[in-house]
Amino acid sequence: MIIAEQKPIPRIVEMLEGHKSMLVVGCRSCVAICLAGGEKEVSILSEALRIESDLKGNGWQVDEVTLERACEKEWVGEMREKVSGHDAIISLACGVGAQVMQELYPDVRVLPGLDTSNMGAPEEQGIYLEKCGGCGDCVLHLTGGICPIARCSKSLLNGPCGGSQNGKCEIDPDVPCGWDQIYHSLERIGRLDLMEVPIPPKDWRRSRSGGPRKIVRKEAVLTPEEKSARGAR
Amino acid sequence: MKLVALTCSFCGYAATDLAGLQGMKYSSDVTIIRLPCTGRLDVKHVLQAVRMGADGVLVVGCLEGNCNYQYGNLEARKRVEQAKGIMKEIGLEPERVEMVNLASNQPWRFVQAVEDMYVKVERMGPSPLNKVRR
Ligand code: SF4
Ligand code: SF4
Repeated sequence: MIIAEQKPIPRIVEMLEGHKSMLVVGCRSCVAICLAGGEKEVSILSEALRIESDLKGNGWQVDEVTLERACEKEWVGEMREKVSGHDAIISLACGVGAQVMQELYPDVRVLPGLDTSNMGAPEEQGIYLEKCGGCGDCVLHLTGGICPIARCSKSLLNGPCGGSQNGKCEIDPDVPCGWDQIYHSLERIGRLDLMEVPIPPKDWRRSRSGGPRKIVRKEAVLTPEEKSARGAR
Repeated sequence: MKLVALTCSFCGYAATDLAGLQGMKYSSDVTIIRLPCTGRLDVKHVLQAVRMGADGVLVVGCLEGNCNYQYGNLEARKRVEQAKGIMKEIGLEPERVEMVNLASNQPWRFVQAVEDMYVKVERMGPSPLNKVRR
């Protein structure tokens, strides 16, 4: 899932300068799970903005809506009526959701209420940890199911480095060394031999270095005729 | 002054009720709102009370370890802290929101908490929101 956290309210207020009528939009998927942008967070932020408006005499109209999934046009399209009449959308969805909103409502300014951080998982209630760096060329089969890109501070493909001490990373004694975790996982699986197999340099064009990535599933793509027959976008 | 007390249905509300039954005197400026449990409290409820004109908000739950639903009052305390943080961010005194834990047979603690809040709020003056609205 995507992990994000809310921007401080003063930062959100700054972005709202010049706007009068805003719709706070949340998402019930990842950002609801990491307690950043679900229905509850939408209602809390909206309430805080209403107080801010009353305090400063801004006369803001603050409305709220939470979508099932803000990264899919179908769901985002469903709030069309709600959007109308607003001059700003405050997105409490991840950066992806915010961009889909902007695509669908090109005349309304979309402002990011969240800072989107990473692809991770909840460790326990209220604690979320990055798990995958989206490198586009997964090597988990060689690393005991632990990502060297996201969980080693230096993203070493052939670790550990000399800074690994007592299972901790040299950047911070509270951060587990990713390569220590890889070693112990391989040990448990009985595949310590994989520690000896050098992982060759990655083709980073499959990652962020190759420009925006686009994945095409030919069998799923609709022809123009099919699109018009199904009324799809 | 306008105070709002959000109480749970168990110790919290029973204590306010007992205070009444025993004829204990406390500020008539407090509006008591009964929740099933303080675990039902949402940060939004606190902010909403403030937006609607409360100068102080008191959340009243059972003693820690005595929640009828085990840890509703512990969750409530965290939400009260979160609400305080948001109040601070938007320029309102976080001290306008407090949580108090008591047993159903401690009505004096409720009375004391209301009086403490009253005194504190009086010292701070009306909520900045009520000042601008005036
Ligand atoms: S190796 Fe690449 S794809 Fe696999 S988990 Fe790590 S970053 Fe993600
Ligand atoms: S100590 Fe471990 S996690 Fe930290 S940079 Fe070195 S190998 Fe990576």
